[in-house]
Amino acid sequence: MDFNFIREYVPYFVVAAVLTIRIASIGISISILFGLLCSIIRYFRIPILHRLIDIYIELSRNTPLLIQLFFLYFGLPKLGIVLSSETCAITGLVFLGGSYMAEAFRSGLEAIGNSQIEAGLSLGLTKSQVIRFIVLPQAISISIPAFSANVIFLIKETSVFSAVALIDLMNVAKDLIGLYYKTDETLFMLVSSYLIILLPLSIAFTLIERRLRHAGYGN
Amino acid sequence: MQDMGIEVLFQGRNFVRLLEGLWVTVRISVFSVIVSTLLGIILGMIMTMKNPLLRIITRCYLEFVRIMPQLVLLFLVYFGLTKMFRINLSGEISAIIVFVIWGTAEMGDLVRGALTSIPVHQYESGKALGLTTVQNYCYVIIPQTIRRLLPQAINLVTRMIKTTSLIVLIGVVEVVKVGQQIIEASRLTSPSAAVWVYGVIFFLYFIVCYPISILSKRLEVKWRN
Repeated sequence: MDFNFIREYVPYFVVAAVLTIRIASIGISISILFGLLCSIIRYFRIPILHRLIDIYIELSRNTPLLIQLFFLYFGLPKLGIVLSSETCAITGLVFLGGSYMAEAFRSGLEAIGNSQIEAGLSLGLTKSQVIRFIVLPQAISISIPAFSANVIFLIKETSVFSAVALIDLMNVAKDLIGLYYKTDETLFMLVSSYLIILLPLSIAFTLIERRLRHAGYGN
Repeated sequence: MQDMGIEVLFQGRNFVRLLEGLWVTVRISVFSVIVSTLLGIILGMIMTMKNPLLRIITRCYLEFVRIMPQLVLLFLVYFGLTKMFRINLSGEISAIIVFVIWGTAEMGDLVRGALTSIPVHQYESGKALGLTTVQNYCYVIIPQTIRRLLPQAINLVTRMIKTTSLIVLIGVVEVVKVGQQIIEASRLTSPSAAVWVYGVIFFLYFIVCYPISILSKRLEVKWRN
């Protein structure tokens, strides 16, 4: 291990990690909203739209992110739509993440029995009040485990962004290996960067899940 | 519109070559799935044992493999392992190693989950009915475990097929690489080939994964109770 080399090139990894985190947080936030929207549309079977969303979910869940990105980044410019790498990355992440989040929320929504909705309606709540105060709070807390697994999964998926020319952690690592042949040091920094990003998040999610389960026993 | 670019797909053997590339992808993932299923079942059984040392070791392995992006694992094996042990691994071999390591971890966790989700009273009522341990496992525990395991295991197959798309980044010639070659070769004759080629690859992956995920969903609904 050449620690001088590590000290010298750590800043590159910090910059790349910040980029990864930034794109991941933007992409994941949008995909949470998008997924929530999709799952609500499917839940209430809004005509036409819910068919479209079914197709979208099947398409996005059964194809790899890398191919989606290649299509966006190399394919679309031929049709006259030019996206920057960053927009491309975020679009790809939302396209993939939206469907995963929608599935997570759907399992939560399906767990809410009809009796809950009927009870709400018979108490005189409007349909939107039933959604806001009865269905969503319960559905979201049920779907937290699936939701947190998806967040980790999506952050892991950001590693393919190097393929659309974004200077993320993988790209920096690949460059350093190619330039200096310091494979061990570079891979060490790469692995530590991902551990630093993902490990606290994974632990936090485990704690949240445990708390929620604990709350569930009270019923 | 003098050039749509779609005719590139049907020139020469282009489409057949894409399918051959897809076969490389499917081959690698099927092979890894089979090996990692076998190893995963063993790992899952080890994880249900009470030995604390084994528990810590398997837990660390599982957490590390699941938290690392698969691309990082590919880099670790393709660049790191080869340099550390001075061996020459081809991209395809390192891909298989990574997918077996990753698949074993995922499968092991699924097996562990399925085994621990069987309530204790199932074991005990089997014993109370006078079944031997072997009979108890054959007739009571394993059939239930398989019902809980199989839909998720099939789902893992689609995840593995999707993840094999990454191996193009360590230089394995599979469907994406063949696509890139076709695009490069026809750069001058039909510049807009990229959209068609990537579009076709997108649907090829979909055609492979969709039936498998439908099967998984069907089984899950069928065996819910």
